[in-house]
Amino acid sequence: MLEFRKDIFADERDDNLQEVGQPTQRQDMLGHVTGTSPYYDDHRFANLLHLKILRSPHAHARIRSIDDSAAARAPGVKRIIRAADVPVNLNTLLSLIQFGKDDEPSLATDVVRYKGEPILGIVATSERAALEALALVRVSYDQLPAVFDVEEALKPGAPSVNATYPKNTFEYYGKYDHQKVRFGDVEAAFKQADIVVEDRYQMSPIEHAPTETNGSIAVPDTNGRFIVYTSTQALFFSLDTSAKINAVQSNQLHFIGGTVGGGFGGKVDTLTEPLSILAARLTGAPVRYRFGRHEEMQFGSPRGAERIYIKDGVMKDGRIVARQARAYFDSGAYTRLSSYAVVKCAAHIPGPYTIPNVHADIYCVFTNRTPATAMRGFGVTALDFALECQMDKLATAVGMDPLEFRILNAYRDGDMKAHRREAKNCALIECAQVAAEKANWPLRDEFRRMSSRQGGTHERAGVADRTRTPILVPAAKPAPADGTDRTRPIVTPPVPAAPQRIAYERPAPPPPAGTAPPPPPPRSAPPPPPAPAGSTHGAARFSSVFGTRRR
Amino acid sequence: MKTPIQFQLNGEDVAAFVEGGANLLDTLREAVGDLSVKGGCWQGTCGTCTVLIDGSPRLSCITLAESVAGRSIETTAGLRRGADLHPLQSAFMERFAAQCGYCTPGMLMAAKALLDKNPNPTRENVVEAIGGNICRCTGYEPIINAVLDAARGDSRHRA
Repeated sequence: MLEFRKDIFADERDDNLQEVGQPTQRQDMLGHVTGTSPYYDDHRFANLLHLKILRSPHAHARIRSIDDSAAARAPGVKRIIRAADVPVNLNTLLSLIQFGKDDEPSLATDVVRYKGEPILGIVATSERAALEALALVRVSYDQLPAVFDVEEALKPGAPSVNATYPKNTFEYYGKYDHQKVRFGDVEAAFKQADIVVEDRYQMSPIEHAPTETNGSIAVPDTNGRFIVYTSTQALFFSLDTSAKINAVQSNQLHFIGGTVGGGFGGKVDTLTEPLSILAARLTGAPVRYRFGRHEEMQFGSPRGAERIYIKDGVMKDGRIVARQARAYFDSGAYTRLSSYAVVKCAAHIPGPYTIPNVHADIYCVFTNRTPATAMRGFGVTALDFALECQMDKLATAVGMDPLEFRILNAYRDGDMKAHRREAKNCALIECAQVAAEKANWPLRDEFRRMSSRQGGTHERAGVADRTRTPILVPAAKPAPADGTDRTRPIVTPPVPAAPQRIAYERPAPPPPAGTAPPPPPPRSAPPPPPAPAGSTHGAARFSSVFGTRRR
Repeated sequence: MKTPIQFQLNGEDVAAFVEGGANLLDTLREAVGDLSVKGGCWQGTCGTCTVLIDGSPRLSCITLAESVAGRSIETTAGLRRGADLHPLQSAFMERFAAQCGYCTPGMLMAAKALLDKNPNPTRENVVEAIGGNICRCTGYEPIINAVLDAARGDSRHRA
């Protein structure tokens, strides 16, 4: 059962969320269990036509010629849609917010850049008739060299994938070929670091595989408008994109959606609506464009592949003092949303930890693979996988408990992040304390007393600053009662724990007016003040005790 | 050239004209109008289109429509009895056993096939019964728990 920990989050918001922790019936559940929820394909129209798409069998090829004469004569075929029929046949999704250049055609003109790229559409009286006509289209290709690896794509002489970005990198702010983070001096910090840990991480593309495939039905209305039933996750985004590609006013389109058979980010790319609307305009009839499962896998965007190199410098007392990162996002053949994911990645390079020296280069790279898009935390998910693996390796290298190591390095309120935003309303320390308590993970007293509200400053982990007084704590830590050792060495060879482990204690800030923060912990820790929930972990001291909002 | 077929759908006699090669999924949705049956892969792999034919769970996307002539089909549209939900439907609601809802009709029919034959299934029986149905949202635990609840009669709105 969910718990609403007001002792941690009370100062975040004043409202009393009665629903949290209470069972509440979803309003759409009755429709789901009775099979009456209205997905886009559950709308019926007389004389519905069906659009099917001819797709590239090659990852990279020049189209020499297309012969669709036999297909045009096939039974049931109402209309062939060619690239020249698309009013605005170059688009990029984020152009709606003036981010990036138009780089992707709805139907390929001269070159196909990934296997599955749309070339030509056939509108027919049934899906079967459309598919049988597609088999009659003859396309002649000159195959071109293809590139499938992000680092290969950046080498001199690599095949150029995307005509809008011939160097195979997205262009930021009209001039930069990647995103940079520069904070402090990593080279100096690596020289001073006690231990340096370096590794390479990689994640493959992931298909969302919603049980309902992407699709839409466009229906001519009686007033010159088009009603579009769609599986989209982003109704107005899809509406505006469709209006742009069809060169119509957005008020000529009436989008109906909201019941989506699984999306997870894979239904934000407006993959079907522009062409179903165009087909309805060209035929005057309702047209459905629905992906088969193979199309969903081959052409529907996946989460993009990422490759990440990380080099971290850490002191024996547990402070991370430097991070150097190089990351490559595989955008596939066109931009879609990967350029934005790279920006999120740049801001997240230190993770939720304060690192005073950060140096990162992150590239959005074009390859001859299916264009990538949003999926659940994209830009951050793979990086977090890399960072948290790295955190375990670092903790092992300095002989610290991995959770205490994270608490030690966690953002505090007031810390300056590498991308120069001040950390506010931090709660990682408190969350870690609660998690440790629930998991019976032993934390030493000083870590149970730490707080996100104390010690934050952008200088707090400065390498050269040795003037702060570290407190010495015994190296030995009580073994878990069951006798198992839960700190598995990851770095080989494992670095033995230092004879005395030094935890970094920050000087307490002057108490804010009207509040009474606990004094800096002496050697013998005082018992924590009583917590509302009856627990005695550090989190209880955090906010409800003070009863003040932080900022 | 279309062929006329007759069969029972949720206890009622229905008839349709079908093309040679038409599948049961399209026939139920397009020709008969039962939209509670959903298509997910159209190639017999995801279980979304599961219906009961003479009580046995079958994938309607790879069942020839002509092969069900004279037989009895059950779908999610026929689970409800008037205003009352089937115990499986109530249990799915209470156990949060659906999120996007698209796999739900197939899950319900696979579960009904199990409970009709085995009213007191073990957890393993339930896992086996829904083993051909893919869910991408909730994961399977809430669904398994809902089926077990329905079998135990724990469902609050039991019909």
